Amino acid sequence: MTSTQGRVENRQPGYVPADNSQPPSRRFRFNEWLDGHARQLFITPAVVMILIFSIFPLVASLIIAFSRVRLKAGGYQVRFVGFKNFSKQIFGSEQFHFLGTFTTLTFLGWVVALSASAAILWWMYRYITTGFSIIGFIGRMITAIVGLGIAWMFAGTFFSGNPFGTLGVTLFYVFVGCGVQFIIGLGLAFLCSQPIRGRNFFRVAFFIPMMITPIGVGYVFRMMADTTKGPFSPAWQWFGLNDFAWAANPWTARIFIIIGDSWQWIPFIFIILLAAFENIPRDYVEAGQMDGASNWQIFREISWPQVMPVAVTVMLIRVIEGFKIVDLPNIMTSGGPGIATESMSLHSFFAWRSLDLGQSAAIAYLLLFVTVVICVSFFNLIVVNRMRRI
Amino acid sequence: MKSTCKSLLAGVAAAAVLGTATPTFAGEFDGVTISILTRPGPVIAGRLVDRGKEFTEMTGAEIRVNEVPFAEIFQKLLTDWATGTNSIDVGVFASGWAVELVDGGLVENLDPYIAKDDKIDIDDIAPYFREFNQKIGGNTYLITVDGDFQMLYYRRDILEKIGMEPPKDWDDYMKVAEAMNGMDMNGDGEADYGSCIFKKRNAQSYFAIGSIAAGFTQTKGTGEGLWFDTETMKPKINNAGWAEAFRVYKETGKYGPTDELNQDIGDTRALVQAGRCGLVIDWGDIGPLSIDESGAAIRDKMGAVIMPGSRKVLNPATGELQQCDADLCPHATDGVNHAPYAAFGGWAGAVNAKADQKVKDASYAFLSYMNQAEQSNVDVTLGWTGYNPYRNSQLNDTSKWIEAGFSPEFADNYLGAIKDSLNHPNMASDVRIPGAQQYTGVVLDRELARFLAGEITAEQALANIEAGWEEITDDFGRDTQKQMYKLSLGITN
Repeated sequence: MTSTQGRVENRQPGYVPADNSQPPSRRFRFNEWLDGHARQLFITPAVVMILIFSIFPLVASLIIAFSRVRLKAGGYQVRFVGFKNFSKQIFGSEQFHFLGTFTTLTFLGWVVALSASAAILWWMYRYITTGFSIIGFIGRMITAIVGLGIAWMFAGTFFSGNPFGTLGVTLFYVFVGCGVQFIIGLGLAFLCSQPIRGRNFFRVAFFIPMMITPIGVGYVFRMMADTTKGPFSPAWQWFGLNDFAWAANPWTARIFIIIGDSWQWIPFIFIILLAAFENIPRDYVEAGQMDGASNWQIFREISWPQVMPVAVTVMLIRVIEGFKIVDLPNIMTSGGPGIATESMSLHSFFAWRSLDLGQSAAIAYLLLFVTVVICVSFFNLIVVNRMRRI
Repeated sequence: MKSTCKSLLAGVAAAAVLGTATPTFAGEFDGVTISILTRPGPVIAGRLVDRGKEFTEMTGAEIRVNEVPFAEIFQKLLTDWATGTNSIDVGVFASGWAVELVDGGLVENLDPYIAKDDKIDIDDIAPYFREFNQKIGGNTYLITVDGDFQMLYYRRDILEKIGMEPPKDWDDYMKVAEAMNGMDMNGDGEADYGSCIFKKRNAQSYFAIGSIAAGFTQTKGTGEGLWFDTETMKPKINNAGWAEAFRVYKETGKYGPTDELNQDIGDTRALVQAGRCGLVIDWGDIGPLSIDESGAAIRDKMGAVIMPGSRKVLNPATGELQQCDADLCPHATDGVNHAPYAAFGGWAGAVNAKADQKVKDASYAFLSYMNQAEQSNVDVTLGWTGYNPYRNSQLNDTSKWIEAGFSPEFADNYLGAIKDSLNHPNMASDVRIPGAQQYTGVVLDRELARFLAGEITAEQALANIEAGWEEITDDFGRDTQKQMYKLSLGITN
């Protein structure tokens, strides 16, 4: 230990103090800067990639949605048209295509519309009187407006005997299709989690459809459903259905598309729920059995609460995917008969194919809006409440 | 020794250089690659590939055929050419689509090339295809490889059996279809169909309705125009003639397959080749397909005739259907107004105006090679190529057809029906203006599909089509559209 001018210095032998009178070298300063910005630098490539591949197309398509785009020699000619592409879908010449054909509301239509309106208003009133926050209110208002819109749309079309448009068709695919897929997938997963013979075979067999490309599934189902010259035509004819044209009737066409879609997507729900069922500790189930609980009680009180968080997640993913359905209706019916099986994605695709890029982008944004509102509402208003109760 | 070694090395080096520098053949277009965009093969694309190999051997130019789904050809081509990507040198597509490309200055004017070409024999190309299909605004921008218009085909053997004549108008058509419907026409013990006309959405149904409507609405000749008023560009669709055509089209379904609403041209042709259809509306393909291996059930059993017309036509003055007379139907035959419809117009090749000059020369040379009688007179007799006749030499000389397997009677009958249609002064032209695909392929097709599905009435459908077409016309500019439409009909004033 040495002391210089009353200051005690504790130095190791051989220590040479840095010469502070010399400025640090350029390389040193660069390294220092790198150290200081390491976090930003590591994340920059990912941010740039996201900007290029995700945000930029989103912004570009938003600009296109408010424009009339035409391809000309040397590039694009873009003309700003405001909300014209959107208003055309909701109030203008494409209303019948997007929302449906509206004439007069029948008695049943009025009953449905007024019942749904009353239920939504009651729900809002209860929220305002029992607990209130600005963010919660705004969110619920958006949900209520979309809910009212959808209820009146179905009241004016489906419940009044009029054809509904691509929004209604998409909602039908999502709610009916995903509902069926969830129930069957859940059932199969529960069965395969039980100690039954050949369950490994069933696990593989049930999983195969998911690996097939949707276009392949579309063609396969179109062939199988062909009553006159398909591979199952003898079977159709044996059942006396050789004059049955499923593709000529709006409802049978929609149901056949849901059957094809379900065949492909049930395995997705099945495989994830199977993993969830198999992760339930055996001692919970055995304790229930010891207490004399029935199989149904074990499922309802033990298994279901355990798999519910996974089930909610899988349904959310499936619903988001369901909103984007395009392959099967395109291959199986080309959106026909009429526009009866045309989903919003297919509607947007057909507009894009005819080079009406503005309309195509507007429909895509309407689809995004509906998907976000329904999925966020489903999660915040139903799932979160349920989870709290559990 | 040293000098000997040097000479040896020099000799080897020279031989190596010569060996690599000298190609296996000396061609006019060595090193040139022509990239072609068209529909998936074997139809149309398959023969381009085959002939491309021959062309490579002759000239050295390599032919690359890129195949994309039918509905995406135009979109992909326009995007490629308009954005300056220019990865495609030649587009082979519906001639009507070219108007929009020419309007944008994207297509090479081929008149100077034709002027220097002594092999193409342009006058041998039938007048409709030479003057309407290949030309836009008086200049030739396209080279035809396929001639398209629709005709009526019938089962000759069945018609003889029931003692009826080929239909001349749509009333006759219904009577014959009804009589044939339910008969076993291919001996498999099953009831077959009186009529087969594709009705699937997003397929070819808008061509079929054009064929039916033309006979009810166009009476004064090709220049009258089937689709728009040439003075105001107002759609000529929301009227009694088109309403009747919609009704007729739907009624034919009563005598067709139960799932006809979901059948496109491929499905219909499969039924025809299986011998299950009594009456069929199709392009020229059924003739060659009937002598194909898969058409054994109908070999030498088919007959062809000009598209049925109508005895009652639209009187534009009153807006009602009226019996044909000399004033109203100047081109009528036996009181029946025929207006054979050049549906689709045929597949034709266009050259990218922005391609290198050498590539443009090679591209034109290849299209000319495809079009020349020596090649095309064989190609049109093969069903699988999808090419239908468009040259006088193909229509006047039956020898190539008989060589291909046609009976002399059917060759005469088939070519006679084509000539009756092609030379008809009231031939109806397809929509050949910017936005053609939106007018017919989107709006007309969708409303027709909704009508066929029972969603809306014919009157509602026609009103919707009128509104939709007006929107498209206003969007593209009414005056420009009017000018283009008149030019497409050969009206130059």
